[in-house]
Amino acid sequence: MVVPVVAADTALRRDGDTSAGGRSASLSWRRIRAWRGIVLGLTGIFFLLPLYAALRFALENNLGHLTLAAFSAIPHTTGFIPAFLLSVRLAAVTMAITMALIVPTTIYVHVKYPKLLVAFDAITFLPVGIPPIVLIIGVLQSAPFVLKSTPYLLALEYVILAMPFAYRSLDAGLRAIELKTLVDASRSLGGSWLATLWRVIVPNLRSAFLSAMILTLALVFGEFTMASLDLYTTLPVWVVNTDSITAHVSVAVSFLSLALTWVLLLALSSVDRRRFARRALIVEGT
Amino acid sequence: MLGLAPFACYVALFLVVPTVAVVIGAFQTPGGGFTLGNIAVAAHAPYSNGFIESLELALVTSVVPGILGVFVAYAVHTSRVRVLRRVVFTASGVFANFGGVPLAFLFIATLSATGVATVWLKDMSISLTSRWLFTFQGVALVYMYFQVPLMVLIVTPALNGLRPAWREASQNLGARSWQYWRHVGGPVLAPTVLGCTLLLFGFGLSAYATARALTAGTIPLTPIQIGDVMNGNVIAGQQNVGMALGLGLIVVMAVVLVLYTMLQRRASRWLSR
Repeated sequence: MVVPVVAADTALRRDGDTSAGGRSASLSWRRIRAWRGIVLGLTGIFFLLPLYAALRFALENNLGHLTLAAFSAIPHTTGFIPAFLLSVRLAAVTMAITMALIVPTTIYVHVKYPKLLVAFDAITFLPVGIPPIVLIIGVLQSAPFVLKSTPYLLALEYVILAMPFAYRSLDAGLRAIELKTLVDASRSLGGSWLATLWRVIVPNLRSAFLSAMILTLALVFGEFTMASLDLYTTLPVWVVNTDSITAHVSVAVSFLSLALTWVLLLALSSVDRRRFARRALIVEGT
Repeated sequence: MLGLAPFACYVALFLVVPTVAVVIGAFQTPGGGFTLGNIAVAAHAPYSNGFIESLELALVTSVVPGILGVFVAYAVHTSRVRVLRRVVFTASGVFANFGGVPLAFLFIATLSATGVATVWLKDMSISLTSRWLFTFQGVALVYMYFQVPLMVLIVTPALNGLRPAWREASQNLGARSWQYWRHVGGPVLAPTVLGCTLLLFGFGLSAYATARALTAGTIPLTPIQIGDVMNGNVIAGQQNVGMALGLGLIVVMAVVLVLYTMLQRRASRWLSR
């Protein structure tokens, strides 16, 4: 385990840095070092072990030999391609609606009605309070037949499910820039509202956009509750149904989906860091 | 104000109307007449047991990760190794978003009868029953996998709000570490930690996919029971009982959200966002 060693090392250095002097302080730092190592070590094991287990399970065949068969069998397994494509289409529609509806509204409220932000915060948080299993029965009860007969009803609801997360990352992005100054500057230089939005605000929000989209994407590709009750075979529904036929393939897909989310978020955080590094320092200083 | 109209309509159509439909449906007979019968059915076995079991599961999977998450967040927060911070936060972001089906399969590979960890534990002569993963305890353990990272993510901003100056001031005044936590750090953090734990309670209560993929309904949880009723697995024509169960969840979640908002307001007294 690398994690606790690193942590212990810093604790040691901090000891020299900040201890208010005396034996009791250094004793308490040693104790802190110990619990920090234990906490991070055990947590690390808890989180890494299932990953290791899944990888091994996916790589081993019934005789215990290592093989990539489970991974290479994924595209050929019955139903994978349609399920995957359905999830892709739902993700595209969900992201398009989020782009067209949530993003402009969030910017609009920030620019024009900052006083409404508290209420807007609360409204965008509401979906957290309705469990998806309850929401979908309400939807199936109330939606008109035209919508019920298409899988895109799911995408319309995924926008709602993703809203708390998408809104929060956009909100954080908008709060991090000097929105009022930017808008005033652009307006006084004669820029129209549209030009201001498109050429001033949007370029400053690129990483907030990106994180909103990635969260939405992760949500759509992982969503099982609504899809299974609406009787559409999206990727997660397929994984559960396939388990009874080939467990190795199900585990392999699960592992891949985690790895993919990881790569996306890591890429995002490095983009974020480069863009916000200087600004973050300033914010911390104030 | 007109610019808000599309958003308002969308939320009304796809969030408010369905919710109202569930609430109304909970008081209706399949024919559409008014009845309290669905509520009565939902309040008795087996549904009452499911409700209690769900609340217990939510309680366990919010209090334990709530405490653990604060410790992990603090351990990382006080560390000066930037890489550690980045790895932990990215990992938390991934794991917190990683509920549901894939998570269930990760744990099936780990702790089912032939799982990797089960075999190791057997070597250490700790033997789990072959279906341990599919019991209440097993499901609770799996929920930790997304609840702990979630806690780390939502409690960290509050830790960042703890000003070093407060600690230094209390040290200069001769306070020991525990005194600082008892009189300064603890009271400042308490509303946030409580609020975040409440939020975890809500997530634990409404989670469906993980439990479904894991147990195929072997432990009675309200979301699973709703799913069964709606899929017609129990008795056909019981849709309205499902809505009565849904109403129960909505009521609990409403209480959770109101308390959460109050705690957030209280927390913002010392910690600006």
